[in-house]
Amino acid sequence: MTLIKDKIKNKEFDLVIESNLVRKNYWKDLWKYRELFFFLAWRDILVRYKQTVIGLAWSLLRPFLTMLVFTVIFGRLAKLPSGDVPYPILVFAAMLPWQFFATSFSDASNSLIGNSNMLTKIYFPRMIIPASTVIVNFVDFLISFLILTGLMFWYHFLPPISILALPVFIAQTFLISMGASFYVAAVNVKYRDFKYIVPFIVQFGLLISPVGFSSNVVPEKWRLLYSMNPMVGVIDGFRWSITGDASQIYLPGLYLSFGVTIFLVLIGVWYFRKMERTFADLI
Amino acid sequence: MSIAIKTEHLSKRYVIRHQQKESYLALRDVIAEKTKKLFYIFGSNKSKNPGFKKKEDFWALKDINFEFNQGDRVGIIGRNGAGKSTLLKVLSRITEPTEGRISLKGRIASLLEVGTGFHPELTGRENIFLNGAILGMRRVEIKRKFDEIVDFSGVEKFLDTPVKRYSSGMYVRLAFAVAAHLESEILVIDEVLAVGDSEFQSKCLGKMQDVSKEEGRTVLFVSHNMAAISKLCNTGILLSNGTVAENSSVERVVDLYISTCFKSEFYELGNSKNDKDVYFEKIFLSKDKISSINSFSLSDEIQCIFQVKGTKPVKDSTLTFIVRDKNLNPIFSEHFPVAEYNDKLIATIPKGMLLPGRYYLQSMLHVPNVRFLDNNEEYISFSIEETGSKNSIYTVDLGFVNIPVKWEKEL
Repeated sequence: MTLIKDKIKNKEFDLVIESNLVRKNYWKDLWKYRELFFFLAWRDILVRYKQTVIGLAWSLLRPFLTMLVFTVIFGRLAKLPSGDVPYPILVFAAMLPWQFFATSFSDASNSLIGNSNMLTKIYFPRMIIPASTVIVNFVDFLISFLILTGLMFWYHFLPPISILALPVFIAQTFLISMGASFYVAAVNVKYRDFKYIVPFIVQFGLLISPVGFSSNVVPEKWRLLYSMNPMVGVIDGFRWSITGDASQIYLPGLYLSFGVTIFLVLIGVWYFRKMERTFADLI
Repeated sequence: MSIAIKTEHLSKRYVIRHQQKESYLALRDVIAEKTKKLFYIFGSNKSKNPGFKKKEDFWALKDINFEFNQGDRVGIIGRNGAGKSTLLKVLSRITEPTEGRISLKGRIASLLEVGTGFHPELTGRENIFLNGAILGMRRVEIKRKFDEIVDFSGVEKFLDTPVKRYSSGMYVRLAFAVAAHLESEILVIDEVLAVGDSEFQSKCLGKMQDVSKEEGRTVLFVSHNMAAISKLCNTGILLSNGTVAENSSVERVVDLYISTCFKSEFYELGNSKNDKDVYFEKIFLSKDKISSINSFSLSDEIQCIFQVKGTKPVKDSTLTFIVRDKNLNPIFSEHFPVAEYNDKLIATIPKGMLLPGRYYLQSMLHVPNVRFLDNNEEYISFSIEETGSKNSIYTVDLGFVNIPVKWEKEL
């Protein structure tokens, strides 16, 4: 009886705020604030290039230089085999998703702290902040993609039919970046010294991801365990789509990486939403 | 009239951590703490720590109940720490209540700070869009109101200049202009009018009045400026220690605020927790340095007696007191360096200096321009009784102080 009465009573009001109230409006709110999400990304992009001399060129230069270093060190000095695919393309195919993930991850870790004045003064779905950081880096990713296209022209390399699978792997990279970013952003609010660990994670991640080498060099019995790192599946997938070399793909590992990706997104969103309620009090 | 906003048993608890220098938690400490606990469990029992209490609950809001109708202009007043800011934060969904419920009708927008999200590198035009989006406006909505916003702010000449080159007045005007054009049924405003010049302040007050009277929007307004509250609001609540002390007409609430919050006869630190480095233990007024009195005659010297205690020496700590008139305007102030912390400091105001009337004594301990050590908000009230002053035959207000003026006559 009281339940029905309560329901009627609540109908009079558009918004009821209670402690621990499951916010069914959350996703609706997120949709309502979708413009803010792009405004924040737009702000970050605008501001980043406003203060620099060469502006937009930075986002081209950074991945290009890294690619150069990798090509020289691994291709020329270490003489890693790359088959008939030009080594820079092989490296670049891996660099792209890795760079996207790594910069998103480290930028997102500081995103909430960096916008703490907004967090303590205004309500909006907090997920927008790390998500817009990922969007900014996604723009950088697309710009870097232009370099790859340039490289392909340079080497007269015609992309194979498997390039059609690339959007799947781009989406996967996006999801991994989002999931990890939500998680690290929330952790960083609670434990402020976590930021010292982030660069270490990124560096370590680079070493255990097949960026400078092919994951075929990993012994067969370790391969599945190695694929626990979702970036392995993504990078292999990028290589396969771009070079058409099917030997790059290790199917059980690929499925596992899809699974890990979904898990990462779910845990990231779950943890973020759990912590979100306390952000304003903690920050 | 329909109800626009209603709270039921609204409470908010904060957990205060003691023995912690940083305001935030460090992973390092958590790991260290967990390891220590492991040692307590497995190790010898000699390390049992008696009275090991690190956390303490603090109720910033306790059982707040109120209802306001659509179109009400509500002034929220109270001393620092009474819970005003927490109430606004809970209402605007920045932080969750611990208990209770808030029911709102219509969209709520809050303006707790002017220019949140403004980016100094962006131009005025860009910031209008960004700030509008942060406050929850749609892009089309901002576009539609763009001219109106620019017009209100009066910065049209500098629209394409980065706001870092704006004067602080322009900055505030632009920021307020964006917020003032929000289309929300409920508007929550913190002390944002404490900035800007007086002309702009009255323009803002006027805008807020329009917003509620003509458009029927509900405004919740926090301020320490009683004149602004009285002018804008029609109803008010007085918060005290996280509870509603009074909820009635704005005149009554403002009166009550001035008379209760500023009407102590002396100040004495009770048993309440004190973690300050230097603090007042007792403040009172006297004629004989011992007994506390609050009513003086013109021929009395007024002794202001401050008992200061300290747990830790603080360099350059200074005691300042301000004597204010009945409207709380300052009349004069004095500063004195505090070196020893078990002192009883006596400041004597010579007889006949203050003319009959009611006065308030405000005192604070601070390091000048660096930090407050103890900012005592309890003003001590005292009066000088009319015992035949030079102004006693007049009925109009003729000032507060008696300055020995020399008269001469020249032929």
